[in-house]
Amino acid sequence: MIQERWLIPALGVAGALAIFAACLIGSTPLPVSRVVAALFGGASEGDQLVVWAIRLPRALAAYLVGAALGLSGAALQGLLRNPLAEPGVLGVSATASLFATVSLYYGLVAAAPWTLPVAAIIGALIATGVLTFAAIRTVSVVTLILIGVGLSSFAGAMMSLLMNLAPNPFSLADMINWTLGTVANRSFNEIGLAAPFMAAGAGLLLWQRRGLSALTLGEEAASGVGLNLRRQRLCTVIGAGLATGASVALAGAIGFVGIVAPHVVRPLVSHDPARSLVPSALLAGLFLVIADIGVRILPTDNELKLGVVAAIIGAPAFIWIAMQRRGGRD
Amino acid sequence: MTELVVKDLTVKAKDELLVDRASISLRTGELVALLGPNGAGKTSLIRASLGLERAAGGNARLDDQASDEVPPKERARKVSYLPQERPLAWPAQVRDVVALGRFSHGVTLGKLSQPDADAVERAMVACDLGHLAKRSVDTLSGGERAGMHCARAFAAEAPLLVADEPTTALDPRHQFRVMDLISRFVAKGGGALVILHDVQLAAQYASRLVWMKDGRITADGPSAETLTAERLEETYGVKAKVNGLRIEMEGAL
Repeated sequence: MIQERWLIPALGVAGALAIFAACLIGSTPLPVSRVVAALFGGASEGDQLVVWAIRLPRALAAYLVGAALGLSGAALQGLLRNPLAEPGVLGVSATASLFATVSLYYGLVAAAPWTLPVAAIIGALIATGVLTFAAIRTVSVVTLILIGVGLSSFAGAMMSLLMNLAPNPFSLADMINWTLGTVANRSFNEIGLAAPFMAAGAGLLLWQRRGLSALTLGEEAASGVGLNLRRQRLCTVIGAGLATGASVALAGAIGFVGIVAPHVVRPLVSHDPARSLVPSALLAGLFLVIADIGVRILPTDNELKLGVVAAIIGAPAFIWIAMQRRGGRD
Repeated sequence: MTELVVKDLTVKAKDELLVDRASISLRTGELVALLGPNGAGKTSLIRASLGLERAAGGNARLDDQASDEVPPKERARKVSYLPQERPLAWPAQVRDVVALGRFSHGVTLGKLSQPDADAVERAMVACDLGHLAKRSVDTLSGGERAGMHCARAFAAEAPLLVADEPTTALDPRHQFRVMDLISRFVAKGGGALVILHDVQLAAQYASRLVWMKDGRITADGPSAETLTAERLEETYGVKAKVNGLRIEMEGAL
């Protein structure tokens, strides 16, 4: 199909353009020519610093976080055969950010920076593991989403407890940042810490994506055509856990991104979960970069948090998708 | 020749006995109908035979290898399994669903290799689905969907087919159509084991009837030998007259 062939290149180009646009915006106005010069060498030291140390890492972080969440969302939707499955909705992001906060709170991160992504990933894996265990035992997706709500609430409660006990207003502000989700002030160091885990998760999800197509038939028939169901579940859960956990380590909990992108992409790829993975990742990355540009140009006193903006757009979309669903499919 | 041989298979769910020392076999060249009332253990028996459900005793062998030790892909290349129809998760395209039948051959949707595309095409033509190729599954009628699932099973080009109630919820014409497709598959050298609720349909098409009740196989043999009024009464609790392969049901006992 023609639209399908152009989908990935078009989204890729749009993503690159959005990242470039994000490099143009900031408190020091830089014209296009100076940004290009800074990106490809030959600009003043000041310009280079602004673009390479502040704007580009922030835009890239938004893109990577969006891509990881979009990919995880599309894969979890394929695995659970439900368009409402998403790391944020299922409580995976909240659990990951709880674990990340704990590692910050107890000073583990100060001792060794890599404990932050590892803690977030462990949290994400625990949540995805609980969900998959539940998915094996129950056929009802409503139950699964309720478990996700429970995980979110529990992680939220534990987070409140930590805030309650917070020793000083600074750590409190830190924790709030974490629950709201933001990519402000990210550096290439932080990206470098999260990126390998994201890449590993993405690789695992893409490697096992064919099985998601088979799951369109339902688990029983998918086993019938030769799918190793146990391995598929394991790989998807670990892949989504790695990607989501790493994105939480980089930006905190940003919800609903992984639900909107696959929903838009699906009709363009004949509703095949496997073919929806890459376009969903690219679209979600694009979405977060644009949302982050919005956060920066909105004339508010306090800069809005990216996670707040994503939820303001994403939550109504979630409700709309849920209301569109016909009965009997669960 | 490919064969599935099951000996004294027992399946339990917690403490309940679902299948009790059942023996059944399927070879290429025969169409076997598995009959029995609801809850007789038919589905459990075929699932355990294929290694999809754990057996508590006995053994099931697919070409002399224990079924539950055959890797899923290899098993799918020997036996196509059509479970009871469930709604699809996404409104996929008919051709894609048929192509999923070749999952065990490594099919990638949207990028079919030539052998895959040919097999899918043959299966679609055999099941008269050519005109529906690009349609979305949720626009199909029940009869068209049944045809699509048959095509999906045939696309695998496996020597054996195991189908769980492929004719349920179909009108009489489509029931005959599905059974015609399956018997054509058998005539071309395949072997099929089909769970049916319509005894008349089974007697008409099957070369052998296997009767099951309360987890046990009660009879196994050609229709002419095993189809009797007493067996219908004992298996289903119905009063019926049998004249050759013709059945006249009179009502529940």
